[in-house]
Amino acid sequence: MARITLDHIRHAYGIRPSAPNDYALREVNHEWSDGGAYALLGPSGCGKTTLLNIISGLLQPSEGRILFDGEDVTDLPTEARNIAQVFQFPVIYDTMTVYDNLAFPLRNRGVAESAVKRRVEEILEMTGLADRANRKARGLTADQKQKISLGRGLVRNDVNAILFDEPLTVIDPHMKWQLRSQLKKLHRQFGFTMVYVTHDQTEALTFADKVVVMYDGQIVQIGTPAELFETPRHTFVGYFIGSPGMNVLPMQVDGATAVIGGERIDLGFAPSPKVAAKLELGIRPEFVRIGREGHPVRIDKVEDIGRHKIVRATFAGQSVAAVMPEEDEVPADARIAFDPKAINIYADSWRVERGA
Amino acid sequence: MLELRHVEKIVGRDTHVHATSLALERGSLNVLLGPTLSGKTSLMRLMAGLDTPTAGSVWFDGKDVTGVRVQDRGVAMVYQQFINYPALTVYENIASPMRIKGADKATIDREVRKAAELLKLTPYLDRTPLNLSGGQQQRTALARAIVKNASLVLLDEPLANLDYKLREELRLELPKIFAASGAIFVYATTEPSEALLLGGNTATMSEGRITQFGRTIDVYRRPNDLLTARTFADPPLNAMDVVKRNGQFTAGDRPLLAVPPHLSQLADGPCTIAFHPHHLSLSSQAPGSAPLQARTAISEIAGSESFVHIEFEGSRWVMLSPGIHDIEPDALITVHVDTRHLMAFGMDGRALGAPVAMAA
Amino acid sequence: MDKTWNNKAWFMVLPVLLLVAFSAVIPLMTVVNYSVQDTFGNNQFFWAGTDWFTQVLDSARFWDSLVRNLAFSAVILAIQIPLGIFIALNMPRHGLGVPVCLIFMALPLLIPWNVVGTIWQLLCRADIGLVGWGLTQLGFPFAYAADPVDAWVTIVVMDVWHWTSLVVLLCYAGLVSIPEAYYQAAKIDGASRLAVFRYIQLPKMKRVLLIAILLRFMDSFMIYTEPFVVTGGGPGSSTTFLSIDLVKMAVGQFDLGPAAAMSIVYFLIVLLLSWIFYTVMTQGDQA
Repeated sequence: MARITLDHIRHAYGIRPSAPNDYALREVNHEWSDGGAYALLGPSGCGKTTLLNIISGLLQPSEGRILFDGEDVTDLPTEARNIAQVFQFPVIYDTMTVYDNLAFPLRNRGVAESAVKRRVEEILEMTGLADRANRKARGLTADQKQKISLGRGLVRNDVNAILFDEPLTVIDPHMKWQLRSQLKKLHRQFGFTMVYVTHDQTEALTFADKVVVMYDGQIVQIGTPAELFETPRHTFVGYFIGSPGMNVLPMQVDGATAVIGGERIDLGFAPSPKVAAKLELGIRPEFVRIGREGHPVRIDKVEDIGRHKIVRATFAGQSVAAVMPEEDEVPADARIAFDPKAINIYADSWRVERGA
Repeated sequence: MLELRHVEKIVGRDTHVHATSLALERGSLNVLLGPTLSGKTSLMRLMAGLDTPTAGSVWFDGKDVTGVRVQDRGVAMVYQQFINYPALTVYENIASPMRIKGADKATIDREVRKAAELLKLTPYLDRTPLNLSGGQQQRTALARAIVKNASLVLLDEPLANLDYKLREELRLELPKIFAASGAIFVYATTEPSEALLLGGNTATMSEGRITQFGRTIDVYRRPNDLLTARTFADPPLNAMDVVKRNGQFTAGDRPLLAVPPHLSQLADGPCTIAFHPHHLSLSSQAPGSAPLQARTAISEIAGSESFVHIEFEGSRWVMLSPGIHDIEPDALITVHVDTRHLMAFGMDGRALGAPVAMAA
Repeated sequence: MDKTWNNKAWFMVLPVLLLVAFSAVIPLMTVVNYSVQDTFGNNQFFWAGTDWFTQVLDSARFWDSLVRNLAFSAVILAIQIPLGIFIALNMPRHGLGVPVCLIFMALPLLIPWNVVGTIWQLLCRADIGLVGWGLTQLGFPFAYAADPVDAWVTIVVMDVWHWTSLVVLLCYAGLVSIPEAYYQAAKIDGASRLAVFRYIQLPKMKRVLLIAILLRFMDSFMIYTEPFVVTGGGPGSSTTFLSIDLVKMAVGQFDLGPAAAMSIVYFLIVLLLSWIFYTVMTQGDQA
């Protein structure tokens, strides 16, 4: 296992880059600790796969260095970096049996056959493929094939890191739960350094200790799932994490009060943002209360999605979403209230620290 | 109205669809929910007329259309893959079904612009699909299905290849678009949450059978059987085999839970009780809660809430609890079941009692 | 997945059926007709039964030609298939090199058979041909018209030059259809070059390779134009393959009956061998 250092990495595909916009990956400068579980989360085209491929060595960064445990591996090819990777679509060796597929990475490295057997049998057990060990891999279903791919990623216990590139895309929801918690268990058990690329917030948040949110070739925030939820550094993080995403309302500040339309909301602190900045108030739907107290609001729609209700409303001319418990009802003359502790203030899309 | 009458599809020795009857109203949104290979696509192909049923018949507005070719049926289909004409502009792509029909220029222009506006494609009308994002490509395919003015629109996991957030946005817009059209929509998905967000009606599918059909929220809240309940649960449903005796649910002679009022009519004897992960919590605040001792496996934190995987008397359960709970694995904790939401199923899987209707 | 049945579709294939009937089935029936009858001209035919077949199968000349044919096909497959795979593996997969290589590879395939024959005949002439003269000057006297080995070498080299491209193009098509992720995964799994070939490229190429082998076998087994132009079947009968023998018999000697019987036997052999190839190579798929 290894500590991964990304030292001023930038990457551009194709032509010689001149403007910052030419970079698919703008500038990444971070250190990821040994044994950590990281998720790279962002929409397609945000540079997360580029970053993953730079770590695995399938791509050479245009600028910067990458280090494993302090050792520069920038110029090392993939096979010399001692990493494992699981791809979006199952990659299996058709002509081999399930057993041989799992044994392949070990045999290629000249591991003794007795050790291969021990390790492969462990993985077979873990992935629930034991009863198919001697079947040809070709005839299996997509999720069984992906289990083989996962298994091949996990079979070597000497790797520097295991990289996952949206590995659960082809898996049914129920199976996702099972595989994800299995991965998490393995991580706890063996302490692999894991990097997991996904666009699915649930996968990212549940898998990782630290989630790296990427947007437009940049890392906008690295944080624990709780930090990303409670204090998104950028409105994009607020929007991208959470379902529905954070409500972002344009506003003015008057001392410790936010002014939205004609409504005044007490903030409990006086933000001092840069002058002339675009100011916004961010609040998660989970902290918006629809009840008998607060400001006037127009209810547009109530979606009952089983475990809770999503209320779509218009407040001071802005659309606002609120989450309501399953049992609760929207009262006839509904009003809206915002939990002041859960309000974040954004100046030009970046969060303004409290007391700053 | 589209009606399937005892439709069955057998290919070789495999039954893809067991005898199924289903009636879908005009202007309705119908979700087919089930895992991969549960027969969703097979059923859609039968509805579209891409396949002819081995037995049974397909009726449309009171006419038997079983043998009628797809081309003559007024069906539009949107697939998981983004299927557009790569050489045509977005405008021409959307216009293509009307050009085939021979509509006049003015009509085509009006309809294309209307659909483009609806699907937020107006700025991209002059581009070709390959220069668009995945979400925009799928919007183009949807727009094409809409201008076709088909009476039946089939969508086979149309959002599966899109980013999570894009999916969320489109999911929100789709019901509005559907409502404006008046056609019968059939929407296949593997995700229970998608069915709930779309609303409308849901048919849960399992191994080539429709296990239940009704209003989405009703199917979710009052499943007819355990299979339906399991199909319609994400995270997975928590279930346990118990015996009802003297007003208690017992396991291995040990009383577990007092039988809640809505299940008091149940006869004594063995049954399966089940509940959703969010009806399990760490606090005892809910009025009908009952404490249980369970062993933790893994905790997953998803921002505002946590999924705690626990083991109770040999059953694997998931607790979905608001807040952040990073509980050490292998710890003994007390969890509380909100028994007001308890479902009970007989040994044959039939529902014996469902939670009282909450706010119908 | 079965499709909706539509009887009108048969009209679409009708032209092809008619074409096949006129170009293959009717001539074949004529040949069958000839093979069981004898004639002394004047359109008078007599029933000959299996006489012609017995005569053909008893003749040493037929068996010699057949052995020559099999040897030729074996040599051709042994050279062209590995060589074709090797070239395909080393062709570029991205960038400007792709169209250049493809055009270069397709060139020999665009040249008519008899022209290929003539080119090589001229090249190999010991007096004015670059290859023939060059080899002779270097101390390897080369005379395809006199030395059976030289004649064989000339025809084999010519066929390799002409047809290896076909194998290359087919294999290349199979190779480019392999997703990049497979190569990446193999790198990460630490697979050697040989293992990548054995476990990824070969299995994925299998289908096209089967087509390549079948096509090259049938073509080489029916080779006619090249030896006809270059060696005319000689020296002696060293390059007299079944097809050349057949034409000599039918057109040169006008022995229609034996020629027809030989055609049918020839046809059946091609059919049988192709079937065996196909069955053997697709057997693994049922597992």
